Amino acid sequence: MKEYQTITEVSGPLVFAEVDEAVGYDEMVEIETPAGETLRGQVLESSEGLVAIQVFEGTEGIDRNASVRFLGETMKMPVTEDLLGRVLDGSGNPIDGGPEIVPDERQDIVGEAINPYSREYPEAFIQTGVSGIDGMNTLVRGQKLPIFSGSGLPHNDLALQIARQASVPEEDEESDDGDDDGSEFAVIFGAMGITQEEANEFMEDFERTGALERSVVFMNLADDPAVERTVTPRLALTTAEYLAFEKDYHVLVILTDMTNYCEALREIGAAREEVPGRRGYPGYMYTDLAQLYERAGRIEGQEGSVTQIPILTMPSDDITHPIPDLTGYITEGQIIVDRSLNSQGVEPPIDVLPSLSRLMDDGIGEGLTRGDHGDVSDQLYAAYAEGEDLRDLVNIVGREALSERDNKYLDFAERFEAEFIQQGFDTNRTIEETLGVGWKLLSMLPKSELNRVDEEFIDQYYIEDESETVEASAD
Amino acid sequence: MSQATDTETVQEDGVIDSVSGPVVTATDLDARMNDVVYVGDEGLMGEVIEIEGNVTTIQVYEETSGVGPGEPVENTGDPLSVDLGPGMLDSIYDGVQRPLDALEEKMGSAFLDRGVDAPGIDLEETWEFEPKVDEGDIVEPGDVVGVVPETVTIEHKVMVPPDSEGGEVVAVESGEFTVEETVVELDTGEGISMHQEWPVRTARPAAEKRTPTEPLVTGQRIQDGLFPLAKGGTAAIPGPFGSGKTVTQQQLAKWSDADIVVYIGCGERGNEMTEVIEDFPELPDPQTGNPLMARTCLIANTSNMPVAARESCIYTGITIAEYYRDMGYDVALMADSTSRWAEAMREISSRLEEMPGEEGYPAYLAARLAEFYERAGRFELQNGGEGSISVVGAVSPPGGDFSEPVTQNTLRIVKTFWALDADLAERRHFPAINWDESYSLYRGQLDPWFTDNVAGDWPDIRQWAVDTLDEEAELQEIVQLVGKDALPEDQQLTLEVARYLREAWLQQNALHDVDTYCEPEKTYQMLGAIKTFNDEAFEALDAGVPVDEIQGVDAAPRLNRMGTAEEYDEFIDEIEADLAEQLRGLY
Ligand SMILES: Nc1ncnc2c1ncn2[C@@H]1O[C@H](COP(=O)(O)OP(=O)(O)OP(=O)(O)O)[C@@H](O)[C@H]1O
Ligand SMILES: [Mg+2]
Repeated sequence: MKEYQTITEVSGPLVFAEVDEAVGYDEMVEIETPAGETLRGQVLESSEGLVAIQVFEGTEGIDRNASVRFLGETMKMPVTEDLLGRVLDGSGNPIDGGPEIVPDERQDIVGEAINPYSREYPEAFIQTGVSGIDGMNTLVRGQKLPIFSGSGLPHNDLALQIARQASVPEEDEESDDGDDDGSEFAVIFGAMGITQEEANEFMEDFERTGALERSVVFMNLADDPAVERTVTPRLALTTAEYLAFEKDYHVLVILTDMTNYCEALREIGAAREEVPGRRGYPGYMYTDLAQLYERAGRIEGQEGSVTQIPILTMPSDDITHPIPDLTGYITEGQIIVDRSLNSQGVEPPIDVLPSLSRLMDDGIGEGLTRGDHGDVSDQLYAAYAEGEDLRDLVNIVGREALSERDNKYLDFAERFEAEFIQQGFDTNRTIEETLGVGWKLLSMLPKSELNRVDEEFIDQYYIEDESETVEASAD
Repeated sequence: MSQATDTETVQEDGVIDSVSGPVVTATDLDARMNDVVYVGDEGLMGEVIEIEGNVTTIQVYEETSGVGPGEPVENTGDPLSVDLGPGMLDSIYDGVQRPLDALEEKMGSAFLDRGVDAPGIDLEETWEFEPKVDEGDIVEPGDVVGVVPETVTIEHKVMVPPDSEGGEVVAVESGEFTVEETVVELDTGEGISMHQEWPVRTARPAAEKRTPTEPLVTGQRIQDGLFPLAKGGTAAIPGPFGSGKTVTQQQLAKWSDADIVVYIGCGERGNEMTEVIEDFPELPDPQTGNPLMARTCLIANTSNMPVAARESCIYTGITIAEYYRDMGYDVALMADSTSRWAEAMREISSRLEEMPGEEGYPAYLAARLAEFYERAGRFELQNGGEGSISVVGAVSPPGGDFSEPVTQNTLRIVKTFWALDADLAERRHFPAINWDESYSLYRGQLDPWFTDNVAGDWPDIRQWAVDTLDEEAELQEIVQLVGKDALPEDQQLTLEVARYLREAWLQQNALHDVDTYCEPEKTYQMLGAIKTFNDEAFEALDAGVPVDEIQGVDAAPRLNRMGTAEEYDEFIDEIEADLAEQLRGLY
């Protein structure tokens, strides 16, 4: 392997070096600083005689005397089932003091696209125990469903609650037909630029609940190099794919915080003096994010699955900001954590109106959850939306000026937040319980208002005289 | 992708000079613009997109990790083309027409490896050719020389290629042949087979364009009822994420009365394509009852597949559509999403360091969009017949803001605009097509069809619906300030009628077995029932009945169940009779 001392330029996270051999695009590079430190990087552009290198750890300490080595291969993740229970840094090196990892295979971290023809459509209901999700934005195996949040909001608590509670209720029945034999559940946690404090919260929860045993943790903290953040999720997803498609695990991947990832992309783009896209983010950010998010799914004939819950904090709570916007265009819905519900003390503060799970329809209903699930969810949406609308009006004209019908909807909206959404981060509701609360609330309205529910279900589940009772029961 | 001639015409090799993502430059390559080349030791497929002196720039249709300077580039000498022939229906292709099932088999993996090619149609499979010409006949380009049963639904027409000189038929075969075997021979020595190739970036010729006069019946109430699309027309569906672009396009692919559907998933989700692959073979075509897949060709270049192939998938799709049009079919093409296509252009353009136009898009964005939609239309064909291509493009504006370049440039071209609305989607009013902002410039020219085929007063009752919704919008502004009860009773009643228009008529649940498809006759009758409610209710109001009592009649909420009623004729008649009886009973 040839060593070069030919660095011509250092700019932000980038280093340019002259070469006299062919260097492949995306190839790994090692740079040794005069101080003896070894930094790692990747070829961003390769032309005859000159390469541009992106350095993961930052370019501090690099000067013209640093030496550059090209490793002749693209970046690989050493994978093995033994990774379960381990804590790694953002570049995949163990930081838990445990034994050295002996890889089973080394896999390219960029990952090839799943052939759409080979995919299997996700439709296995995952019960998260959270009514705002299970009842109205159902998660299914193989889905990518991000949490859109804001700074200071309890998205981490929600993510942990999901990781803790996620289960597939009819698993036991299913295994009768030999379908689901031995598929175990694993969590991959990829942290990008989170604070030490947040990291501690996660680790404590993992340890307290024993979840660590079935988890692989990748930690790139706020004071770790920003460029490394572009690799961390790829390492996490490569590990997830290995566990899912070679070891038959049902893998849940939690990536947090995607906003930090995107900031790193922007930083690299700026250093390369690229023409920036919207708000300074690179024009290829859609493609780049898609290459992460699309690494979720199921494959025909395979047991395992990769389900993704990326978390992102929306800058200034703005959903039209490029980071949530491009994410929403790629993922299969989104769960919105809302600031005002949070300040009202609703736990988890999920705003269901702008939330959506696009794979819900095929994952619910008779035989999967319950026959009335879709109708109940539709009706809850419509009624809550109507009540929400009236809130503006009631501020102006007061309750007395509203019709009886309008007042019912206002009451409905309030109870919906207080009883359906509010449940606490430690309550695990079954889907039956969730639908039960739903019916209790719907029964506040006259039957004739329930135009989205099949009459047969109204006969079966509508609770007469519900308008009087106000007690919450499911928790 | 076409590869029938690859082997014979290989030109001189060039050498890679630089690699940056999907863009590679090579020196010493003897190539023309848009030639297909094989790049690097692995032979990755690419296309020449710029030539400057000795330096040729190539967009590569596969991942370029690990590819480096010095590796060879080989020119095929042919422009990017598609293979045309029987076998395209019931297929799923990537953006350069490689069949995804063949790739799975060749790669032996569910993941897309690179450097593997496959022809767009199976060159070994045989088809039953039935001639339609005799020896001695004179044929010209576009003429049908025979037919092949391609699927249960579609008879494939074997045509004299557009660039042929035509001539006298000297030999005719009949029976089982592969697509490459000659089935008809001309006196010029030309052999006509079931296989044609066509460069994707060039429109296939037709005699002339005609004005569309028939609707593409979609089975969707708001579309057929308020904003119809013509067979041969163009439509855009812009909307923020999650507003229903894909569902709307899939609805059209499922239920519209086109003969052929070309569905392009351009830079969107893998699972959405999988859904189509799994559902379409099961769903019946509303015209024939045969599986939908038998009239459908899918092109899937998902968001994580190479960006250059995303740029080309639109062309691959429209060329296939033109080929079926040439057979005299009505083709509907859905492109989801044209914004991803535009972004692919932008990405490649910026790697070429071209001068960026608005928001970084290349200056030729508007021209490319126009060229694409221009390939839609109702055509008189080369052979004198008629065929059409209707094009429906989804647009995904950043932040849902329609003022951005792709939406704006598209709106300048298309004649139907279905504007999706985040607010409607949020309250689960689906399809979330905003009735205020949307329009169809085909409405007038399609009215004769609707009056002849559905009901004589179709335009009038539609106008009544539009007026009522307009009035509602105005009244809502007042309601926002003072509350509904402060309005005079007749206006309260108008709001009630408008609510039924929205909830019972405009809303249509794509996921409900019955409601998902609504034939024009039902669309008309449902509207008629709401009009009956309106008329009877205002009569009652005039007779002094309080609005609360009018709203309270129990036949009224049943209007909301018309959409899901299977035997709608009786159901609607009954509601209308009950409405009249109950409302008249109040005075
Ligand atoms: N006509 C409809 N009937 C019932 N549900 C619908 C309808 N249209 C849309 N939806 C609902 O809205 C969701 C989002 O729709 P869709 O996936 O088509 O959005 P989109 O505009 O294509 O978003 P993106 O730009 O992110 O691809 C669907 O998953 C479905 O739940
Ligand atoms: Mg879509």
